[in-house]
Amino acid sequence: MEFFLSALDYLLGIPFLGWGENVGFIYKGLLLLVALLIFVAYFLLADRKIWAAVQMRRGPNLVGIFGLFQSFADMLKFVFKEPVIPAGSDKFVFLLAPFVTVMLALAAWAVIPLDYGWALADINVGILYIFAISSLGVYGIIMGGWASNSKYAFLGALRSAAQMVSYEVSIGFVIVTVLLLVGSLNLTDIVVAQSEMGLAYVLGVPWMNFLNWFWLPLFPMFIIFFISLLAETNRPPFDLPEAESELVAGFMVEYGSTPYMMFMLGEYVAIVLMCSLTTILFLGGWAAPLEIAPFTWIPGAVWFILKVWLVFFMVSMVKAFVPRYRYDQLMRLGWKVFLPISIFMIFVVALVLQLTGWGWHGGLGGLA
Amino acid sequence: MSLQLFFFYLFSTITVASAFMVIASRNPVHSVLFLILAFVNAAGIFLLAGAEFLAMILIVVYVGAVAVLFLFVVMMLDIDFAELKKGILQYMPIGFLIGIVLFLELALVAGSWVILPEVASSSVLPIDDTISNTRALGQVLYTRYVYLFQGAAIILLVAMIGAIVLTLHHRKNVKRQDIIEQVARDPKTAIDVVKVKSGQGLNG
Repeated sequence: MEFFLSALDYLLGIPFLGWGENVGFIYKGLLLLVALLIFVAYFLLADRKIWAAVQMRRGPNLVGIFGLFQSFADMLKFVFKEPVIPAGSDKFVFLLAPFVTVMLALAAWAVIPLDYGWALADINVGILYIFAISSLGVYGIIMGGWASNSKYAFLGALRSAAQMVSYEVSIGFVIVTVLLLVGSLNLTDIVVAQSEMGLAYVLGVPWMNFLNWFWLPLFPMFIIFFISLLAETNRPPFDLPEAESELVAGFMVEYGSTPYMMFMLGEYVAIVLMCSLTTILFLGGWAAPLEIAPFTWIPGAVWFILKVWLVFFMVSMVKAFVPRYRYDQLMRLGWKVFLPISIFMIFVVALVLQLTGWGWHGGLGGLA
Repeated sequence: MSLQLFFFYLFSTITVASAFMVIASRNPVHSVLFLILAFVNAAGIFLLAGAEFLAMILIVVYVGAVAVLFLFVVMMLDIDFAELKKGILQYMPIGFLIGIVLFLELALVAGSWVILPEVASSSVLPIDDTISNTRALGQVLYTRYVYLFQGAAIILLVAMIGAIVLTLHHRKNVKRQDIIEQVARDPKTAIDVVKVKSGQGLNG
């Protein structure tokens, strides 16, 4: 009974009703979920608008003022369509695949700290958790491609599996270099560490916080991470799993209606997740770029969201600018260019840290 | 019932059930998907035991990479079930034997904790509660077990190189793309401007 009450309090407790001490976990989760989904709707719209602007078009502009409600109209359209399940498909796996994609993309958000102490679960191995969850993302695609029982979908799924596994390796090594500097796997520690050491302190201007962040000392890794995140989320120029000119729509070719919408949602949630991961690892998370008066008045979460938008803007511009890679070029880039560079950088960073004793040794674990 | 116990039973029930389904399901792709479910729930049990680093590495390595390749291979195989069913009686005794050996080993390990707890605990390194799991693992792995650790790494490297050497056929007479050469081309080396008189070809 006590277990039951404490669990209930943990999930549903509200402080100002005098019922337990926690704000219920469910409320926080729901708040994050709703905010995230609304943001994703506007990320999608922004993606289309930016793409259109580069091509001198207007983009979606009919639903609401400036097309602001376009994403919601699209959602309604998808939901009210009839879902068609191919006769030869494996029905259970076919419907499971979009769910897996969305669930995994959303699950990773549990550890993202939007501000100091704002993470839903501030766990010790936060970055590993995100890495693990994003490495599972490939399953939605493989399952969808296989269960469709179609050659196009299957080939798209195989391409994507090889692509995501390849680029995960370089993402992993990039994360390792950041971890070498920080000495902790906790995401909050990674952000805090970026404001407590770095070039600004060396130059004697600690208020110029943006010089401290890891994009500067790890600049090559920042670039590698950015390109790898495009490949990991199947964004152009690496969108070979759904290359329209060869595979129609790749693994999604048999999907329509709500399952298709869930694939799209999962894809965009994953993109925003990778953008926030870039923010956390390289752009100082919620920290203000300049630690002086007007900038420090703005709450950390706002800075975080602004930085995520900045990274997403770059992701979106790449889509508009860069032509699609050929598949062997994609594999070559991952295995023959990024992998050696990132391994070499790990060696260099470790050597420098060992010789100079730099690096952040704080964190929850502490140096025992 | 504490929350931990509840989750322990939840995870272990799903692990055992999905492990059974791995061998029971008719479709090999379903088998691999159940195997993945078993892996993920085993990671959950690791989490409950306080081994969060092992749990995450289990997911990253086994589910994120190994099982993807499994699925890759299994999906592309054309499996004849009648053919598979034929050999089942033939392989049954060997499978049974391996199962018994594994069971005895597990029983010995688990039994030593029950029968003589002091013997079991003496084989374990003293755990420092003040530092995090990951850091403790790293400190042991890179000091006390560094040679074994490096040995395991070398074995993996040799296996990887071996697999590449065995499967790499470097065919001749295939036109390959040299990206450095392509990028290094400029108009001087790539274009040859020739004035051709009308009525005469280049060679005429």
